[in-house]
Amino acid sequence: MEEHTISYDFDEETLGFEEPEKAPAKPLGTGEKISLAVLGFGILMFVLQAMGMPPGGTWAGFLLVLLPVFFGTASYFYLDFKDTVPGIKHDNIYFRGLTNKGILGWLVGVVFTGFYIALYWFPEYLAGGIKIVNPLSLSLSGSPANNWFFYGFLYTVAVCVFGVRMFMKYRHNRYQQIRTASVMFFQFGFAFLIPNILMLFNQPEFYLSYFWPLKPEYLFPGTFSYFVNHPGGLGMFLVFWGAVMTFVATPLLTYYFGKRWYCSWVCGCGGLAETMGDPFRQLSDKSKKAWRVERWMVHSVLVFIVVTTVLLWVNSATSGAVFGEASMSLKKWYGFYIGAIFSGVIGVGFYPIMGSRVWCRFGCPMAAVLGILQRYLSRFRITTNGDQCMSCGNCSTYCEMGIDVRAYAQKGENIIRASCVGCGVCAAVCPRGVLKLENGGTFKDRFPGSDRPLGALIDSLKHA
Amino acid sequence: MRVAIIGNGVTGVAAALSIRRHQPDWEIVMISGESSFHYSRPALMYIFMGHMSYKDTKPYEDSFWQKNRIDLVRGWVTEIDAAGKKLIMHEKDPVAFDKLLIATGSKSNKFGWPGQDLGGVQGLYSLMDLRLLYENIKGARSAVIVGGGLIGIELAEMLHSRNIHVTFLVREKSYWTNVLPIEESQMINRVILEQGIDLRLLTELKEIVGNDSGKVRGVITNKEEFIECEIVGLTAGVSPNIALAKASGIGTGRGILVDWSFRTDRPDVFAAGDCAEIITEGEGRNLIQQVWYTGKNQGKVAGEVMAGQESVYEPGIWYNSAKFFDLEYQTYGMVGSVPVEGESNFYWEHPDHGRSIRIVTKDGAVCGINVMGLRYSHRVCESWVAEGRSLDYVLDHLGDANFDPEFYEKCEAEIIREIRKQAA
Repeated sequence: MEEHTISYDFDEETLGFEEPEKAPAKPLGTGEKISLAVLGFGILMFVLQAMGMPPGGTWAGFLLVLLPVFFGTASYFYLDFKDTVPGIKHDNIYFRGLTNKGILGWLVGVVFTGFYIALYWFPEYLAGGIKIVNPLSLSLSGSPANNWFFYGFLYTVAVCVFGVRMFMKYRHNRYQQIRTASVMFFQFGFAFLIPNILMLFNQPEFYLSYFWPLKPEYLFPGTFSYFVNHPGGLGMFLVFWGAVMTFVATPLLTYYFGKRWYCSWVCGCGGLAETMGDPFRQLSDKSKKAWRVERWMVHSVLVFIVVTTVLLWVNSATSGAVFGEASMSLKKWYGFYIGAIFSGVIGVGFYPIMGSRVWCRFGCPMAAVLGILQRYLSRFRITTNGDQCMSCGNCSTYCEMGIDVRAYAQKGENIIRASCVGCGVCAAVCPRGVLKLENGGTFKDRFPGSDRPLGALIDSLKHA
Repeated sequence: MRVAIIGNGVTGVAAALSIRRHQPDWEIVMISGESSFHYSRPALMYIFMGHMSYKDTKPYEDSFWQKNRIDLVRGWVTEIDAAGKKLIMHEKDPVAFDKLLIATGSKSNKFGWPGQDLGGVQGLYSLMDLRLLYENIKGARSAVIVGGGLIGIELAEMLHSRNIHVTFLVREKSYWTNVLPIEESQMINRVILEQGIDLRLLTELKEIVGNDSGKVRGVITNKEEFIECEIVGLTAGVSPNIALAKASGIGTGRGILVDWSFRTDRPDVFAAGDCAEIITEGEGRNLIQQVWYTGKNQGKVAGEVMAGQESVYEPGIWYNSAKFFDLEYQTYGMVGSVPVEGESNFYWEHPDHGRSIRIVTKDGAVCGINVMGLRYSHRVCESWVAEGRSLDYVLDHLGDANFDPEFYEKCEAEIIREIRKQAA
């Protein structure tokens, strides 16, 4: 045995593979510098106007922020990727503090979290920003901007700007490009423009791309009667839309395309995770323990919503005789703990700490429903290409839902997991072409036992 | 019954799992000096480039081994006492066994180049090599890589990601052309150049030149050109790592000599994976296979045999895959680097040079397929080759093999048109 192999001066488990030294890089190009300067100008305009300087609150002031921020960032991303060879761009991700829970990552986490705390409980701190977007709010919805309009606006800008980054990062991958275009479209149109325009026409503010149980109030009796009694007839349609999407479209689309038709193509939470959250996707916990916690949590939230909804309806039918105020307090409790703390503060605030899909994975009741359908009644699966897997682990590492994709791939098994949102990144990063997202011809050939989906469900409950 | 396995690479692990499947009660001890847990060797490059952390490269959670009652021993075996059935360990108590599997893998080739032991000269095979690279790149601005194979291009990609200028010496007239036909090989040449790597074809290493402190200063090529560099990557292939077996008196040739069931010349001692040389008995050259997949498959069979099953290794239809920077490659069946008498080659390449397919036929049956920049299904291609399908049949069903992601441009119509034209 050679001497040098026996002497071993590092512990591969803890030390030894931090960032290797790097030769000096080429300095930023002129275009990139200009882009960053333009972005910086936009941010400066925002800060100054938020502090009360003119022309805050006018269209000019609004555009002085929006245009430089949007085009500065978009052109930076464009130039940053333009001269690289199209392909997977994951160099240095584990060496950067922002993307590997370093100081910068924690800092961004604190800023995001602080923003959500302000948004939900101290909106007065956002007054400066709200004023800047006021002209847009007035023309779109006819009413002055509040914290929720400001939030919706920022959210939409983030999805669109980071969408540009996704287009560039994945310019070799049409699945990623089309999917990114889809989340941008639904965020901009369905979750921003339409709800605001509805308000302009004195209609209820309604998000066509959110349904019960993600928006549980759409099937609560209070919303129901408000919509049905709303003048103009549109309310009736919205009630109908909500019910059809929940009870007909959701199972049908999930049967044909899997959960992804919603989670990584339509949903706004998914939209932000797939764009602004993309740099953080590797931070999801892949352990079996995390999977166990996930199943308990996400299904508990679903049960909670179902119970609340049923109680509210019983209460409404009996005019409060049975449960009194109990069902109303459940509803409030849900709004606070799940809606605010979980989906907002932890869901987005913790992107740089726990990855981009914390809410989708551990909390979203819609994901739970779609997951059950995907697991037992869907044609969707990720297929494995024979024995070509060499267990490198890129797929598991970049799974934002924390699925240990490799565990299946290295055994040559199909991946059929309730939580899979079908983002397709596992297939993109695989260096051996092993993974493929597919809508099979039927659900029968997905894995042994799947020809009797209900039987499989009962079996899995028995073994739980 | 106690089984010891030397080496926790894919072969050792595949063997351990297959023994556990057949023998729930046997004791299994897996020994490695390299790492406490099994990791994926092909993922070494991704640790270095910051795509993954070391722990992400471990295919099983740490608790997996205890759950499957596979005891992991960290340490180096210095001698195999095959008669006394024990392993002598470096600074550790000996390990007794009833049956032994040697799965010590490969080591990088060094061909006796002058200066090959200078500081800054290294191969890339193990965690130790990776660690060494961390040291060697300190202050380095440029590197020379010698040997145009798979590890060479991986090392080039790794160093390139750290902004180190890479000169890539390839002895042949084109990259990896001892394995790939010239067209595929040239596609990769283009990829290498596009990345800004200084690719030198038909260029050999003559001498590595050091400075006063015993470190690399540069190399001299067979064209008498001096190339300045601080790192030299020697990636001219690997050979079976047989030093331990040989020193312990177990029969070796180029590798550890075994039969088709991985038995060595000593009772209850087996060897499999990269380190093994299968005696083929009159079927031509002995068989040494040194890729991930064969290591895994050999380990599985060796484990079955050790667990008392009647099992014989059947290499099956060849397959492999690789990625050259961003260009993916898959191969199924036998595709030679140059057409052999009696074989016909049909080839299509996309005008953008990013995708290609080659179909090789012999006696009217398809015997090999290469795809570059396209993903094709292992099962489908394998069945075509195994069933000896005709070119017409394969072209009629070509779409069934496409494994590209959804919405990718489908080239099958174009491929079929071009290949039918060539076949006419």
